[in-house]
Amino acid sequence: MTKQYETVIGLEVHIELATKTKIFCGCSTEFGGAPNTHTCPVCTGMPGSLPVLNRQVVEYAMALGLATNCQITQVCKFDRKNYFYPDNPQNYQISQLYLPIARNGYVEIESGAEKKKVRIHEMHMEEDAGKLVHDEWDDTSLVDYNRSGVPLVEIVSEPDMRSADEVIAYLEKLRMIAQYLGVSDCKLQEGSMRADVNLSVREAGTKDFGTRTEMKNLNSFKAIAHAIEGERERQIELLEAGKEVVQETRRWDDNKEHSYAMRSKEDAQDYRYFPEPDLVPIVISDEWIDEIKARQPELRTEKLERYRKEFDIPQYDAEIITESKKMADLFEETTAICGKPKKVANWLMVETFRLMKDNGMEADDLTFSPANLARLIDLVDAGTINSSVAKKVFEKIFSEDVDPEKYVEENGLKMVNDEDALRETIENVIAANPQAVADYKGGKEKALGALMGQTMKAMKGKANPGMVNQMLREMLQS
Amino acid sequence: MANRISDETIEYVGILAKLELSDSEKEAAKADMEKMLDYIDTLNELDTTGIEPMSHVFQVSNVFREDVVTNGDSREEMLANAPQRKDDSFEVPRTIG
Repeated sequence: MTKQYETVIGLEVHIELATKTKIFCGCSTEFGGAPNTHTCPVCTGMPGSLPVLNRQVVEYAMALGLATNCQITQVCKFDRKNYFYPDNPQNYQISQLYLPIARNGYVEIESGAEKKKVRIHEMHMEEDAGKLVHDEWDDTSLVDYNRSGVPLVEIVSEPDMRSADEVIAYLEKLRMIAQYLGVSDCKLQEGSMRADVNLSVREAGTKDFGTRTEMKNLNSFKAIAHAIEGERERQIELLEAGKEVVQETRRWDDNKEHSYAMRSKEDAQDYRYFPEPDLVPIVISDEWIDEIKARQPELRTEKLERYRKEFDIPQYDAEIITESKKMADLFEETTAICGKPKKVANWLMVETFRLMKDNGMEADDLTFSPANLARLIDLVDAGTINSSVAKKVFEKIFSEDVDPEKYVEENGLKMVNDEDALRETIENVIAANPQAVADYKGGKEKALGALMGQTMKAMKGKANPGMVNQMLREMLQS
Repeated sequence: MANRISDETIEYVGILAKLELSDSEKEAAKADMEKMLDYIDTLNELDTTGIEPMSHVFQVSNVFREDVVTNGDSREEMLANAPQRKDDSFEVPRTIG
């Protein structure tokens, strides 16, 4: 009989904060600049340079801590984590070990039908490292320190997750909170959200944890799910063969769908932390915490509650729309202009989601303005354009944010309500389709659809469908 | 009270510090480290009950800067300190983590 195993997973999540400048210097954090254009003596670790803490980093970290039910450490400080690697110009990373900014929190995740708490052990502030590019031909590596000193918050969870689904639900929850707070855009692909997975397996029903491994280099939800499945299988195979799991750091290769051991004994993980002497302690008063709380924007749960009271839209719609802050903002701003929440919700949930999917975009990538969507909805309601033309116009709004009124005018897309023009077209269609006419008269209601289609096509899609339908029926009676 | 640093310890510290020491350098380093530890032992003789641990030598806290970009593109000055450069990057021996 085969044994049943349980997977035990804890996560270390790094979130890059959306500050304008780095954590300890006035260099820009902008993504994608030419190499080393955002550097100074502080973030390149020049001797004698002095780091000074960015206040916004502390406030963002506090906001994240509060939104995840953590206790804020009211006297907190920085420590040096020592290691040698060329992406780290100081030979130490300024981080927090002894007194991290926040501790003992939790977030609630939904996994299947059940709600579950994932506890947060601690949250600390630290600086990011530079980027290494390896030269394939030369035996050298090139270092770009633009990212060196970009502020990060590392969120360390307790080993409370049991499956890849729970891990992804947890990450999505953290991402949603960070985006709602405006503290990070959390883009996995760009590295502004990164996760290291600590995983062990144990026989179902046992209390002791197995030996865990840590996996790095996971930059998509798909890679995370694959790596978890792969590592679970690998550890179970070892145990089944009577071998032991070695505690080590493994690097996941998503192309090969395989992980391999990353660090050898030569690179022992002994960081010899000590207090950072160049930075003074941070003392956080009750008043400062209250101020951050007061400034906290409405989070999703509160938003859902308000939508229920304020807007006449189904709960399902509200849940889909509030999954991202950007979508919720678009919904609220468009509704404020046109006053038609259900119609706005439909445009967002159907056409917007469809086009996002087609273009591989996320809500944060949307660039069209609420005013133009509101105008489009009004044009349809006023009968200026029909709904199939509206979909085409929306594609233009989606891609180029065109003003729909102007666009409809310039392209002659107005709905044709002209009875004479319609009558003439319908007469032609009836004359050209004797079979469909005979079918309809013989009782086949479906044949009307074909005639409608022909008429709409002849009118280049701009006819008023209600009028066409009615006139067709009347003219077929005679 | 004399502290003793073993050969294994000095070897390990050498690995962490990425230093290759000759035998005589190892002996010298051992003697220095033993003296440092002895000094800490001296400090430990003091009775510190009731004294709050000090986290910083100055009685100063909350020194911040505002989140405003003050630095421009100073890559030339930064790269002037690079032992080796290639285009606009620091060039280092091939390193893979």
